[in-house]
Amino acid sequence: MSLLDFAKGPALQWSLYIFVFGILWRILGAALVRRTKDLSSPRVSSGERVTGGLKTILTRSVPPESFETRIRFLHITGYLWHIGYLVVVFLFVPHILFLKSAVGFDWPGLPSTVILVAGAITLATLVALLVRRIMHPVLRIISTADDYISWLVAALPLVTGFMVVMRLGPPYETMLAVHILSFELLLIWFPFGKLMHAIFVFPSRYNIGAIFARRGVRA
Amino acid sequence: MSDDKTLAERLRERGVSRRGFMKFCAATASMMALPPMMIPRIAAALEQASRPSVIWLSFQECTGCTESLTRSHAPTIEGLIFDHISLDYHHTLQAAAGDAAEHAREAAMEENRGKYLLVVDGSIPLKDDGIYSTIAGMTNLAMLKEVAAGAAAVISVGTCAAFGGLPKADPNPTGAAAVSEIITDKPIVNVSGCPPIPTVITGVLVHYLTFGRLPELDSLNRPKVFFGQTIHDRCYRRPFYERGQFADTFDDEGARKGWCLFKLGCKGPVTYNACATAKWNDGTSFPIESGHGCIGCSEPNFWDKGAFYQPLSSGIWGTPSALAAAAAAGAAIGLGSAALARNRQEKACKENDA
Repeated sequence: MSLLDFAKGPALQWSLYIFVFGILWRILGAALVRRTKDLSSPRVSSGERVTGGLKTILTRSVPPESFETRIRFLHITGYLWHIGYLVVVFLFVPHILFLKSAVGFDWPGLPSTVILVAGAITLATLVALLVRRIMHPVLRIISTADDYISWLVAALPLVTGFMVVMRLGPPYETMLAVHILSFELLLIWFPFGKLMHAIFVFPSRYNIGAIFARRGVRA
Repeated sequence: MSDDKTLAERLRERGVSRRGFMKFCAATASMMALPPMMIPRIAAALEQASRPSVIWLSFQECTGCTESLTRSHAPTIEGLIFDHISLDYHHTLQAAAGDAAEHAREAAMEENRGKYLLVVDGSIPLKDDGIYSTIAGMTNLAMLKEVAAGAAAVISVGTCAAFGGLPKADPNPTGAAAVSEIITDKPIVNVSGCPPIPTVITGVLVHYLTFGRLPELDSLNRPKVFFGQTIHDRCYRRPFYERGQFADTFDDEGARKGWCLFKLGCKGPVTYNACATAKWNDGTSFPIESGHGCIGCSEPNFWDKGAFYQPLSSGIWGTPSALAAAAAAGAAIGLGSAALARNRQEKACKENDA
């Protein structure tokens, strides 16, 4: 079995099993912990609590103007690399065909050149964010191994993907196998590190929004 | 049998002009990516070359390799070159049959011991002492070992001889093996393909006649000059790939416009061969030019690498039952960890209350 066959077969299957296993573990583990009883009397109806939760999901996507000047860099780079990453993952035709083999349907993709530009912007942004993390005195102190590992497993598929498309490094099929393996590393790490925020971010925002609404907090 | 006449003498006898001969040398140099200054050297070497003896053994094969070689090149000048090696044994092309044919092989081996080239097409069955394919009562395995022992080099023609090919495909009922799995003490060149490109076979022979040694090989023992790049690297449809223009079916608008066949399962990006440059049928076209994706026939185990019409980037994602089991295990651990956390929380609350 070649490295590519291994990457597209057993390695993909096992990384997916670990991914599904980990996701279920983390979601149920987090959802079923005991919630502290809120003893205050609710300021709003239960319907308004739901509205408050949903509203917070959206409002937290746009920082308040008063914060904007201080967090502009993070605001822009955050959006830039997330959108760039999604474009590369979901709109590159070979990726679409890869996902089609799992879900059974496909969707229109973008030209390779556009994907290359999106990937370059994404990678450059990720590097800038890493440099900032290392240089910023406070950020450096509060950073853990999880932050760096999560950065690495997110960046590796981009780097290896570039090498595949640009025909750099080992022969194409070996590099393609390494690229797929790097994605599988991402799948394996995803549930157990900070990348899990991709699943938790919106439920967390909703939860906070609903609690704030119950207490009459306008945030 | 080989004789003392040089290739140049034989070509002159056949009415091939000097100009035609030099054109062939230039084409060969170009095909092998050699600089123009090598053309006179090729010409000089070929002019002086006496006919080397070649023994061609056909084992578990379909004769497609021979069909490809003969149909595509006769009556071109490449065909003449091939005609002017001394092909002393070849099932399909030889006039002799039965004992006479075997005697011709034995005589060629005796006369040219240590100097003849052995060309093999087809894989060799190893299961049950190799009884699944025999010639003149001799197993392919025994014949290969016997003939290879006195050969200067072995050229494995076609994917069956090079890597096992179709006979080796799962479940490989005859225990088929490639030549290189059996012969380990001789230089071996793999000219893979199902079938291989005729000019590539000729090119390897010309290289041997010119330089007296086999060409530079890749990690799979294939001549780098022909197998150094992928089909995708040299494909004329590559710009469509880059632009994201793909045929979705074999008869849609994209297919009619000649767009990239990646979505239809083309294995060009991982297939090393010269089809896109050397082409087939005297340079007429190659499979992609004819509207069908590359099936990767010059790569090892290409029969067992998934469906020909499945895109290269398709994954084998596992079974629903295994995924369900993984989900169930994750859910069980999640529930267990939540229960433990709740227990700790309850305890902490009680301690606080107390």
